[in-house]
Amino acid sequence: MAGSKVLLRAEGLRREAGGKTIVRDASFALAAGEVVAITGPSGSGKSSLLRLLNRLDAPSAGRVLLADADTAVLDVHEVRRRVGMVMQQANLFPGTVAQNVGYGPALRGVALQAGEVEELLRTVGLAGYAKRDVAALSGGEAQRISLARTLANRPQVLLLDEPTSALDEAAKLVVEEALRAAMAQMAGACLIVTHDAVQAARLAQRTVLMQGGVLRDEAEKNAPGDPNV
Amino acid sequence: MFDQWVHSQVALGLAQAIVVCALALAVAWLGHLRKLELGRETVVALVRGLLQMLVIGLVLVWLLKGAAWWSIPALAAMCATAAWMAQRKVQSVPHSYWLCLRAIGSGSTVVIVTMVLTHVIAYKSTALVPLGSMIVAASMNTCSQVLERFASDLKLNAGRVEAALALGASSSEAALPYAKNSTSAALIPSLNSLRSLGIVWIPGFAAGMLLAGSDPVYTAIYQFIVIAMLYAASGLTALLAASGHERVAFEEERLVAGR
Repeated sequence: MAGSKVLLRAEGLRREAGGKTIVRDASFALAAGEVVAITGPSGSGKSSLLRLLNRLDAPSAGRVLLADADTAVLDVHEVRRRVGMVMQQANLFPGTVAQNVGYGPALRGVALQAGEVEELLRTVGLAGYAKRDVAALSGGEAQRISLARTLANRPQVLLLDEPTSALDEAAKLVVEEALRAAMAQMAGACLIVTHDAVQAARLAQRTVLMQGGVLRDEAEKNAPGDPNV
Repeated sequence: MFDQWVHSQVALGLAQAIVVCALALAVAWLGHLRKLELGRETVVALVRGLLQMLVIGLVLVWLLKGAAWWSIPALAAMCATAAWMAQRKVQSVPHSYWLCLRAIGSGSTVVIVTMVLTHVIAYKSTALVPLGSMIVAASMNTCSQVLERFASDLKLNAGRVEAALALGASSSEAALPYAKNSTSAALIPSLNSLRSLGIVWIPGFAAGMLLAGSDPVYTAIYQFIVIAMLYAASGLTALLAASGHERVAFEEERLVAGR
């Protein structure tokens, strides 16, 4: 991705909590159109790193630049809209699929039109689900709605925190398909955390290993999203 | 029955209390037979309740004969005690005592002062202490219910709260469904009291007013005023408790409680 505009840059990010260093001086850059995977064992600090990037947690040191602007000085709500995050659990709000998808825009006073909701649902392979109650969805469907809900904010950067770890193999592949479709439509960048190296290879252009809170090494792939690599 | 054998009013009261305690202990024994183990808590609550009321009775003897302003430190002490009792159930909430004191103190004070200024409550100890204590007690119950429910809902729904924050919601927006649930649930008893007033129950002090020769229609209206007053104090306390908890549960738009 040489020459591409850097959308998100972490500089010396550190997170200390409960007397432990969870993330240790993490620095990296994410360029427009790039999909990067962070892999590593459980408890290595992958999810904690993502939480620092959209300010769900405050870094103990270091900074995050979003399109060259320090996120610490930007409005926190704006940062979270621009750096969207899909969590390990879908965490859908009680109500319909359409209400969930429209949640982010509604916070800004924007009501999504039925056609816009349907378009987002089509992206995640769930066209026609708008009026369904989220209580009746399967785990895989709920996770795809969670993705559509995040995409509704039109984020510049998409953070995915082990989005398929709670799913069975079949549901995992369906969600991955939805992720690929979403990434293809996004002009921004995507950072995916997974403990599954095979999934990282399927989805990302490059993979970064995280161990003991430290980003260790990188392996670049030939083609983005190439399932054969 | 007892009044045939007992001639002092205090002795009569104690004899009647023994009968009621025996009844409560019989209920505890039934609970024990069903392995519900209510015994210890029942005995402690009964002994404590009786001793507290005896002490209060003695204090009232002194207080009701005194100047009206004596009611103010008495009610302040009640608020401080109510805050201590309310916070015992929510000790996991940071600064829980001050949070409860602020909610109960403000909720009760606003209503009591308004009622005194409009002469609904007469500015004399015999009116201020009993009615004020009812207001403080109602606020205390509401406060502990709001905080207990709000804290546990935030903990149970931490994932959803963080999902909302991650989508750009403010802490108030993210916590709104749980603030709403906790305040509504805590106000149900007060609302039920208002709804069922005169149909399902007639407050005990109505009898006292009637015996004192008060007009029955005015007595009925006054009962409504008192229950509405309790609802107002409970409602204000609920709002203050919920907003206070929201402030300690979030820090710079991040969820810090329940994670």
